[in-house]
Amino acid sequence: MRHSDLSKMGVNRRQVMTAMGAGAVGAACAGLLPGVAQATPAEAEDMIKSLIGTAKASEGKIQLKLPQIADNGATVPLRVVVDSPMTEADHVKTIHIIAEGNPLPGVASFHFTPKSGKADVQTRIRLGKTQNVHAVAVMSNGSVWRTKEEVKVTVGGC
Amino acid sequence: MASANTKIKVPETAKKGEVIEIKTSITHDMESGQRKDESGKTLARRIINKFVCKYNGAEVFRMDLQPAVAANPYIAFFMVASESGKIEMFWYDDNGETYSATSAITVA
Repeated sequence: MRHSDLSKMGVNRRQVMTAMGAGAVGAACAGLLPGVAQATPAEAEDMIKSLIGTAKASEGKIQLKLPQIADNGATVPLRVVVDSPMTEADHVKTIHIIAEGNPLPGVASFHFTPKSGKADVQTRIRLGKTQNVHAVAVMSNGSVWRTKEEVKVTVGGC
Repeated sequence: MASANTKIKVPETAKKGEVIEIKTSITHDMESGQRKDESGKTLARRIINKFVCKYNGAEVFRMDLQPAVAANPYIAFFMVASESGKIEMFWYDDNGETYSATSAITVA
């Protein structure tokens, strides 16, 4: 029997199906994007540098909320929160979102004012494949904070 | 695409100093400029590239959008209710059009 043959090989039906599925998704993505280069982590770093200039980014302060696994890369919910009193003297000016595995690394930039009350924003983004998403926060005093989150993408939204 | 439909959710009343949540969405394809049609021709980029929220004329919140923002952009954010008046939102399309939505708020 074919089934038992596969079992003897240590491969069950689910693994076969998963492998086939992954192959199909990969082919579909390649078909949609012939010749389109994906951004690389290095390009994402370059972009972060161009956004923050010579400022030194410290790890932390930002809560970047993304699903660990995104079934549909075409619409991935994103929430980013930075704890701040949001006063004239001490507030979050900008939060940049960068995706290192998309065709273009830039995703969005959120600009706040003291009238924002809190730096807490939600949107939905596209992710082409499994990758790290970076958030960089620029504060009113010039300090810069960063964090990243990995999202496993089942079907790319490219 | 026909005219873009905007939808906003803003409290009608608030206490002075209260931090209120604003939710917005707009129907828009957010054509990324990366996709190709059947003949292999690249579809031109056409996205909402900027969103601005003004409170009695002063900018409170702004977002720059790239093609990696999902279709029908949803944006939710906060602001401090300081005085009664007008809350306006503007969406800027790559094709030069601007879409807007306005809501009145009473602050007591």
